[in-house]
Amino acid sequence: MPAESIWTLLSWGPDGWSDDIASGVLVTIVLALATLPIGLTIGFFVAFAKQHEEPSLRLAANIYTTVFRGLPELVTLFLFFFGMPLLLQYIVRLFNPNATIDVNSFIAGMIVLSLIFSSYASEVFLSAFRAIPKGQYEGGYAIGLSKWQTMRLIILPQLIRIAFPGLENCWLSLLKDTSLVSVVNLAETLRQSGVAARVTKHAFLFYSVAALIFLALAILSSIATGHILRHLGRRAVR
Amino acid sequence: MSVSQAIVVDKPPPLARGWPRARIVGYSLVGIWILFGLGIVAYLVYAWNPEFFARYAPAYLQGLGTTLSLVSISMVLGAIFSLPVAYGRMSKNWILSGLAYCYVYFFRGTPLLVQTYLVYYGVGSFRPELETVGLWWFFREAFYCGVFAFSLNTAAYQAEILRGAIESVPRGQWEGAASLGLHTLQTLRKVILPQAIIVALRPYGNELILMIKASAIVAIITVYDLMGNAKLAYAKSFDIQAYIWVAIVYLVMVEILRHGVEWIERRITIHLHR
Repeated sequence: MPAESIWTLLSWGPDGWSDDIASGVLVTIVLALATLPIGLTIGFFVAFAKQHEEPSLRLAANIYTTVFRGLPELVTLFLFFFGMPLLLQYIVRLFNPNATIDVNSFIAGMIVLSLIFSSYASEVFLSAFRAIPKGQYEGGYAIGLSKWQTMRLIILPQLIRIAFPGLENCWLSLLKDTSLVSVVNLAETLRQSGVAARVTKHAFLFYSVAALIFLALAILSSIATGHILRHLGRRAVR
Repeated sequence: MSVSQAIVVDKPPPLARGWPRARIVGYSLVGIWILFGLGIVAYLVYAWNPEFFARYAPAYLQGLGTTLSLVSISMVLGAIFSLPVAYGRMSKNWILSGLAYCYVYFFRGTPLLVQTYLVYYGVGSFRPELETVGLWWFFREAFYCGVFAFSLNTAAYQAEILRGAIESVPRGQWEGAASLGLHTLQTLRKVILPQAIIVALRPYGNELILMIKASAIVAIITVYDLMGNAKLAYAKSFDIQAYIWVAIVYLVMVEILRHGVEWIERRITIHLHR
């Protein structure tokens, strides 16, 4: 066992690991926040397709969620991380035989997390779609709004309010799933804590730190979502 | 006349004819999926390698066994351990309910991967202490560590499922049973649980599916489960079909379970449908 006290290990600077772990936390947050808008957009359109009257659209959307909800996150990640370069290389080599492709683990993680997040979010959006009565659409059309305007001005504001608690759960699992990207060497919270654990041999300490960081992120996001929810609620009352 | 009119009104609106935009998009998306599926099949046929198959198929089968035993042991241990946690969550004693709340919050708020590392590398780093207590044989094995972490994790989720299901049964059921002279255990067994199971079945099924998917994580702590064998096969052969096969196996497993749960749900709610 090394002789340094745990406070030295947890200090900021060259002797401590706080700065390294903090940079990891930043990567975690950026990854989750970068995934969120993509996942929400895809999830919304998948849910839209799932409740559409056109059967082929429904089929395509159902295949999407079946696949990405059925595959373990880790398998999806590895498939993309190792498979995508092969596919891209194959395509690029058709044009430029000497090209080599390397996939950034951040990008791979972002794509995979978006796929997973969107397939879960689409279920939430779908049940929100079903909770909105048909009369809302008909009312929109009756006052002369186009389909797109009805969706944007009448359906979407209600949809967001209904879907919000479910989306909060999706966000929390997205936050937890970011830790999986550490497996393909992205220097996020868990990866950095793991490096610290291996170098200092204080595995329990640093993995506890990682756990507490994820817990703190979860608590922070529930505070934030509480604020947003109250804001949404106030708008509904007015 | 009026009857036939009513039938006409009840029909859904006729599908649009011709090629509206939604249909073009839908057909092309389905087309992309078909192309994608054909591409994977074509790749697997093209990359068909009897040697690869002969070498790794038995390992995959063994890995499947490891995965299934890991998940089933963890689910059962988690179910047992979830009983006191759920009891604590519903208890009026604030110390008990606070402890149970913290337990559930910790295990639901942190990634399973972190929990697994915490058990395997974290607890495992206290080797001298564990050896004196005589628990080192347990924390030395990655498989046992996986089972330990997974049981604790699923216990937290199952406790919440159980609590939700029991609380979904109206108070009047408890009162009715009490007025018939049933004691608490009888009430639970004969009145509350049969109604709670209907509510709990789907979440339990989802939890089982989530556990099967999450069990791929133990491959990272060197357990040779299904995913672990795929990792090994890929590391040795650099052949992406190692992961494609494993993805297919997981997908089939999850789909079978999902439909099984739906079937059971239809069976046990048969008295609620007309």
